[in-house]
Amino acid sequence: MKILVCISNVPDTTTKIKFAEGNTSVDTTGIQWVINPWDELSLTRALELKDDTTSGIKSVTVIHVGPAASEPTIRKALAIGADDAIRVNAVSSDAWFVAAQIAEVIKKEQFDVIMCGIESSDYNGSIVGGMISEFLGIPSVSAVSGIKFENGQAIIIREIDGGKEVVSVPVPFVAIVQKGIAKEPRIAAMRGIMMARSKPVKLVEPVQVDPLTQIVEFEKPTPRAACKFIDADSPALLLDLLQNEAKVI
Amino acid sequence: MSVLVYTENWDGKFKKLSFELVSYATGVAKMLNTTVTAVSIGKVDENELIRLGNYGANKIININSDKLAVLDSQAYSSVISEIARKENASVIIISNNNTGKAIAPRLSVRLKAGVGSGVSRLPLNLNPFTVYKRTYSGNAFAHLVIKSDIKILTLAQNSFDLIETPVNATIENMNPSIDGSLLKTVIKDIQKQSGMILLTDADIVVSGGRGMKSADNWGPLVELAKLLGAATACSRPVSDEGWRPHDEHTGQTGKIIAPNLYIAVGISGATQHLAGISSSKYIVAINSDKNAPIFEAAQYGIIGDAMKVLPKLIEAVKELKK
Repeated sequence: MKILVCISNVPDTTTKIKFAEGNTSVDTTGIQWVINPWDELSLTRALELKDDTTSGIKSVTVIHVGPAASEPTIRKALAIGADDAIRVNAVSSDAWFVAAQIAEVIKKEQFDVIMCGIESSDYNGSIVGGMISEFLGIPSVSAVSGIKFENGQAIIIREIDGGKEVVSVPVPFVAIVQKGIAKEPRIAAMRGIMMARSKPVKLVEPVQVDPLTQIVEFEKPTPRAACKFIDADSPALLLDLLQNEAKVI
Repeated sequence: MSVLVYTENWDGKFKKLSFELVSYATGVAKMLNTTVTAVSIGKVDENELIRLGNYGANKIININSDKLAVLDSQAYSSVISEIARKENASVIIISNNNTGKAIAPRLSVRLKAGVGSGVSRLPLNLNPFTVYKRTYSGNAFAHLVIKSDIKILTLAQNSFDLIETPVNATIENMNPSIDGSLLKTVIKDIQKQSGMILLTDADIVVSGGRGMKSADNWGPLVELAKLLGAATACSRPVSDEGWRPHDEHTGQTGKIIAPNLYIAVGISGATQHLAGISSSKYIVAINSDKNAPIFEAAQYGIIGDAMKVLPKLIEAVKELKK
């Protein structure tokens, strides 16, 4: 079986976000780009499954929709251990556009399991994975925190409000992955970095798709008022403020 | 034209988020000068269903089908998209929780409807249809224009106040035809924590970080949570250490919550943690380091060791309750 891991290229999660062009875009000066954290965890789990000879997983491919400038992030995924990569050569305009491009590639190249992070840390959309599955008419399981294969069947743990469910779905399917899927993201070793240079990155030209949404402006969150400090020996004062000023208890 | 809202229940009772969703849908419907149709899937009795009318739902479509006992995103989105067409919905409102995230994108493709996810305010503009949404994990907000005829909005939990606007709602029981070939999700096991306050639904959350020092020290924190009727949570290092279960982890890669009151005990406030809690209405920080970044996010702070402050705070809460 073959796994496809969808990766997004996002600013490092500690980046202080600044805007440019009259608050219509994000200022990318000095930003460190990384693999979206949930995608990195998906990739790690995919590689663990490939390492396990009983899983039936034979290969792990990564796909990214982005311009040539995002190649370093693809190389990083290859250095971590993906066998090969596909880059759809387009600037991603919205989730609809990205999902349509990825679905188009999957129609031509068969994959059994498609893994997507539950959201990207930049647009926080949580929609690409579900859209891909509906474009393809295949099952999707959301909020996946565990996945393994037994006798060719996927056993999946998904998070529900206040608990977990263990479910199974037939391949092909889309797993929309959240934290817990792998303990720590796998880190590229020197050998992996050397090998990544010669691994294939297939370039695919985009199909014509009109985006459905567009960000027209960014703004900063409303700044909070300065913290009021209360003496550690007078917790009753804190409760008084919570009760009468904030009115939350 | 109508505004369609998908509600969720928990053991036959609507989750609080369902009333938030209907309140929000009613607000959108007012802007569009139209009505609200709510969809409920599951075993919910009439007395409970009618409560949606308190928040402005004009019509409630009630679906109680064994085939939909399991959340299968393909089957659910098929049923909801069918209703959306029948009700001529121009805007569809769904929660931005795990269930909503499973359904909304599939619905989007079925209806060719653009999605605005994680909205926290009513639309900023109707022409062009513009929503205010969270981006960069709460470090920025975006004005997003949705260009499609049908719009899907997923509402961030606890971001919109309940607004009572009672109307006489009509209940319509529906038995949708469900294509059996879509039902591919098979449940093997369910581990539900019943009787607990859901972290994502809680008004008050008491959360512990590395400053709690060890798994054995959680007793007072849990006691404080109980006294306040709060859910318990933790920071990432705590769940990574195994001091608390992973489903308590709040932060960028964990749960994203927005309670009325978030009490951070022994949590320094790394950017990744703040990303999960910054939408809380009030934040109280208890930390021994006066320079901890959590105090920049908090409205109220106590500088002190968690294990010394907690017992005093517990006593004060008990005193208050007398």
